[in-house]
Amino acid sequence: MEFVVASSVGALTAAGIYLILRLRAFSTILGLALLSYAVNVFLFASGRLAIDLPPILSPYGEASYTDPLPQALVLTAIVISFGMTAVLVMVALASYLESDDDRIDLPQAEKDEETGRGATQ
Amino acid sequence: MNHWIIAPVILPALLAPVLGFVMRHDMPLARTASIAGTIALMAIALGLFVTAAGDPQVYYLGDWPAPFGIVLVLDRLSALMVLVTTILALLVLIHAVTTGWDARGRHFHALFQFQLMGITGAFLTGDIFNLFVFFEILLIASYGLMVHSGGRDRMRAGLQYVVINLAGSTLFLFALGVLYSTTGTLNMADLALRLQDIPVEEGALIRVAAMLLMIVFALKAALFPVQFWLPATYANAPAPVAALFAIMTKVGAYAILRIHTLIFGPGIAATDGMAGTWLFPAAIVTIAVGAIGVLGARHLMALIAFSVLGSMGTLMVAISAFSPAATTAALYYLVHSTFAAAALFLLADLVTARRAGDRLVAVPATSQNGLFAALFFAAAIGMAGMPPLSGFIGKLMVLDALREPGTMAWAWSAVLIGSLVTIVGFARAGSTLFWKSTALLPAASGGPVVQAEPTAAARPAGVAGLASVMTTIALLALLTIFAGPLVGYLDGTTAQIFDRDGYVTSVLGTEGET
Repeated sequence: MEFVVASSVGALTAAGIYLILRLRAFSTILGLALLSYAVNVFLFASGRLAIDLPPILSPYGEASYTDPLPQALVLTAIVISFGMTAVLVMVALASYLESDDDRIDLPQAEKDEETGRGATQ
Repeated sequence: MNHWIIAPVILPALLAPVLGFVMRHDMPLARTASIAGTIALMAIALGLFVTAAGDPQVYYLGDWPAPFGIVLVLDRLSALMVLVTTILALLVLIHAVTTGWDARGRHFHALFQFQLMGITGAFLTGDIFNLFVFFEILLIASYGLMVHSGGRDRMRAGLQYVVINLAGSTLFLFALGVLYSTTGTLNMADLALRLQDIPVEEGALIRVAAMLLMIVFALKAALFPVQFWLPATYANAPAPVAALFAIMTKVGAYAILRIHTLIFGPGIAATDGMAGTWLFPAAIVTIAVGAIGVLGARHLMALIAFSVLGSMGTLMVAISAFSPAATTAALYYLVHSTFAAAALFLLADLVTARRAGDRLVAVPATSQNGLFAALFFAAAIGMAGMPPLSGFIGKLMVLDALREPGTMAWAWSAVLIGSLVTIVGFARAGSTLFWKSTALLPAASGGPVVQAEPTAAARPAGVAGLASVMTTIALLALLTIFAGPLVGYLDGTTAQIFDRDGYVTSVLGTEGET
């Protein structure tokens, strides 16, 4: 199971980084979403992997339990990344509608056309 | 337990939704409430600053004992940072209200208060996951403020800013996961205690976590090679927001100072000396990038943004030494550079409002040309680090503290040459903006260089409009006059920063000794 979890985190991270480096709004949003999935699975695994164990100490003798703190952390991280993705979509949409272009980098050349001097800052 | 410690977080957190939901259609009411709230926040911060002189004070949220619940820690460093934040916030807010920036888009005041909540929380928290949460609060508010009032270039720069910070947040979470899986705790004091017992050969994961955290905070502090977002963001943000963002880079610097003295500090075998080794060259290159950018900038806001970059480099050179003298110098320079950058951004707002755009070309002199020239001169002196303002004392202290044989040559030449280039850049910009302008008659506005109309619409700035800029520059003068008492206080702060056992004992109680 460790191998499956570790390789899925790796695959999600790699795909996320590749998509972010495309520097287009849509693929960057997808890439950040994949990256946040990867980090959520990773955080979940940071409390050690366990199957069929309760996240609380049982008063009835059962000694083994799974660490509840990473679950709380993941929950917080999911909420935050979900909100952030929503904000990102809105900003990307506004940016696209304003400039008719979905590139992430800045149109430096256009600015300098105004001055008529060519080279960028 | 001193309940005032949580007040700087609670007050803006309660005020912001009221501003956003109840007062959004009533601008005068929202302005009054926002300013009143910020004044109250400054009063609280001042009170905390006075009470923080002794040992670190701890606030246990929900009264849960220390390593299990979340704690807020008020020590001299966090009290100083919160006070600087609130003073800056009040000045920026007054400027935004008097110039009407807050009315050019929706929810300025609500976002502003959420921003303050995030910043003060990040300074006060003693739990590293809680630090992440406050980072996200201040970031999400800053996204809203960054794109306030819209416009094509601003939206695109805003998108870039959001993407780079989301990637940074993901790295932060990876670092926290690594840290938790190796130590089983996220409380900063508890982490400091547990890392002492980890030997060098088992410290590989700790080093990974330390480096990841350093990259995240370097991104916030705009250090080379992750400094590229700052010029575009600050140059395109609304000027009052850019002035407020002057404290945001300092949040990154604060986090590096806090984490790499307390958690990965001296005495931790696994990470000993690692932070300084990487931070120092990065800071030197940042100074160079900032200075070259100042020289090459064609726009006033970009010029100031690059000078902020240079000042962050100087600050991080001092922090990277991790010695008491250098840390005192760094803290003094931190306070100075925050207000110097804010003064320049606020002034740039007044200047560009009276010209067509912020390109550095001569246009016919606008109203109050002499006054703005004098203010720009004063603020630029402060930023570049020339006497008599506090930048000179700050840089002098930084240079004086960096006397180690291996670092002295690099640090001194970088800071001194960087200052010289910055002075040249500011002098050229100032003479283009204010001096050459007087040679152009308004009638010559049809000429090839001058495409802009003489801004007849711009009215002379009144006392209210100038109040924030003048107060900020006056603060720089006060920092110079009261440099002695302030450095005395900062010496105590530095002693407290390097007293890890004192911090751990305060947070964890008597068990901290075990």
